Amino acid sequence: MIFSFLRKNHDRFHRNIRFTISLNLLKPPNSRKTYITKNKQEIMSENVAIIGVGHSKFGTRKDVNLPELAWEAIKPALESANVEQKDIDFYVVGNAGMWSSEAAVPSLMAEYADLAPKGSMRVEAACATGNAAIRVGYTAIKSGEADVVLILGIEKMQESPNPTIIELIGRFGSYFWEFENFGLTFPGYYALYGTAYMAKYGATEEDYAKVAVKNHYYGAKNPYAQFQKEISIETVLKSPYIAWPFKLFDCSPITDGSAAVVLASEEFAKDVEDKIWILSQGVGTGTANLSKREDFTTLPSAAYAAEQAYKKAGIDMDEPWKYLDGANVHDCFTAPEIIAYEDCRFCKRGEGFKLIREEQTYIGGRIPVNTDGGLKAKGHPIGATGVSQAVEAYKQLLSQAENGRQVDIENGKWLTHNVGGTGHFTYVTIYGLEKR
Amino acid sequence: MSRFMDLKRGDFMDDLRKAVEKNMQEFGFPVTIDERSGALQWVDMRGLRLRYIVCIENIMPFFEGMRRGKLVTTKCKKCGRLFFPPQKDCPACKDSEMEWVELKKEGVLETLTVIFVRPPSFATYDPYTVAIARLDDGVRITAWYKGDPQKVKPGQRVKVKISRRKEGYLMYELVPVEG
Repeated sequence: MIFSFLRKNHDRFHRNIRFTISLNLLKPPNSRKTYITKNKQEIMSENVAIIGVGHSKFGTRKDVNLPELAWEAIKPALESANVEQKDIDFYVVGNAGMWSSEAAVPSLMAEYADLAPKGSMRVEAACATGNAAIRVGYTAIKSGEADVVLILGIEKMQESPNPTIIELIGRFGSYFWEFENFGLTFPGYYALYGTAYMAKYGATEEDYAKVAVKNHYYGAKNPYAQFQKEISIETVLKSPYIAWPFKLFDCSPITDGSAAVVLASEEFAKDVEDKIWILSQGVGTGTANLSKREDFTTLPSAAYAAEQAYKKAGIDMDEPWKYLDGANVHDCFTAPEIIAYEDCRFCKRGEGFKLIREEQTYIGGRIPVNTDGGLKAKGHPIGATGVSQAVEAYKQLLSQAENGRQVDIENGKWLTHNVGGTGHFTYVTIYGLEKR
Repeated sequence: MSRFMDLKRGDFMDDLRKAVEKNMQEFGFPVTIDERSGALQWVDMRGLRLRYIVCIENIMPFFEGMRRGKLVTTKCKKCGRLFFPPQKDCPACKDSEMEWVELKKEGVLETLTVIFVRPPSFATYDPYTVAIARLDDGVRITAWYKGDPQKVKPGQRVKVKISRRKEGYLMYELVPVEG
């Protein structure tokens, strides 16, 4: 065949099997949950658990199409949760799209992954799409509408060439007042924050570079990461400018990837061994235009979401890091990770850059952050990112992370901070080993 | 012997088009091989060109103002709240009685960036500086900063100027204050 002729000269890497998580495969079949259907009186679930997770290899995934990529996350999620498609009451697909061909992704998954005719929804909240999808599942279970919800986050960005993606993603700001006439790009929006932060507090480009170095350090230990290579401060500082003060290595990459979690009600999850609980979620929204904000050293939506999440989880807002074992924050660029430290109250205002300078966000420091490589090194498949953070919370809290990046779990709590757009939407979720 | 054309870096889209044309003629499908993974790709035959048509009817005075070299915006007649960008409705008063007022075209630069990697639709421009300034009236404005970005810092005073873009339309921009 003509196609096989062609392939003679190309090594094809089928990474699908090698890189999928199969956490609970060794469980005996009888540990499978025998769930007795409760009287279909809908009972509100006090708590919601994550009972299974799946994660594809992130990166340039030209070797698979969109549903194939999704299946790499769905299959291990179902397996580790010990559930079948028939057990799923509802499923949510986080997918920003535009750069990829398929728009009706939930239906595509109904067909490809045997999820029909269960109810579904596609969710979009820019780069916070993944955690927004979790939000929908979480509230569906809390309300009593569903017991088991599958959340899939997926993005196949590289179905379009890079210039098209730069064009599309620049439009995630205020279209008319920022993009149409001033050509802001995504790095550009956050660079406006980066500049203001440096001017206000005296942080340097080198401080920003340190965030990239840390996240690559952990990315190198994560087999699912797009970049599994450590870098030096010089690598960052010598890389070309994308949007001053950000250089190439200050920016998260364009990524294909998928991640999935299975959420379950307290009743359904009660006999499941490996699970974590969603302790609280805080959600905030910011203005479309950056110019409508007072200050470019904080994302008000994030500060608000973090406060909400801490309040609901009963965590002391003065020293929240004392309650947490670690966190994933939205490091789409280096400076926003530092701003996230402050918005999440890991330190006082203006001290975020000191945390990274003093390596306080490495394992062993005040609070380990982005121990999976973050968006920076693990990659940032828009719709998958928030779900991938949940997978990381699950792996960390259950001490299933790979060697060299597992945090000592003492408090049994993990925070994720997922920001959409230029601070348009922030979802802060706190996960715990013990339910509330 | 024939084979699919491989893609090299460079003018990606041109090369892609050529490779696809050739492969279509020789093998019957618009396909190509991804250089890095070696995986076969179908290249969409249906291109999409997007151009939005946005209503500006209710903020027309803003554009009329720019024609006269002025920056005007809306102010709620009831509560006095000033809006920029201008908007038709006051969400606080739930009232749409607005007056159009002229903004002072001076303020303080708050932050800036230089966009080196530009969207294709801005490809004809050299790297440009985008800044946000707080005007003396209290509202903030995002615009291109026309001046040496290395000679300006947050905190410095800037002015708003209306000038004609390369494409031929009028737009406001930020410029340094002389002296």
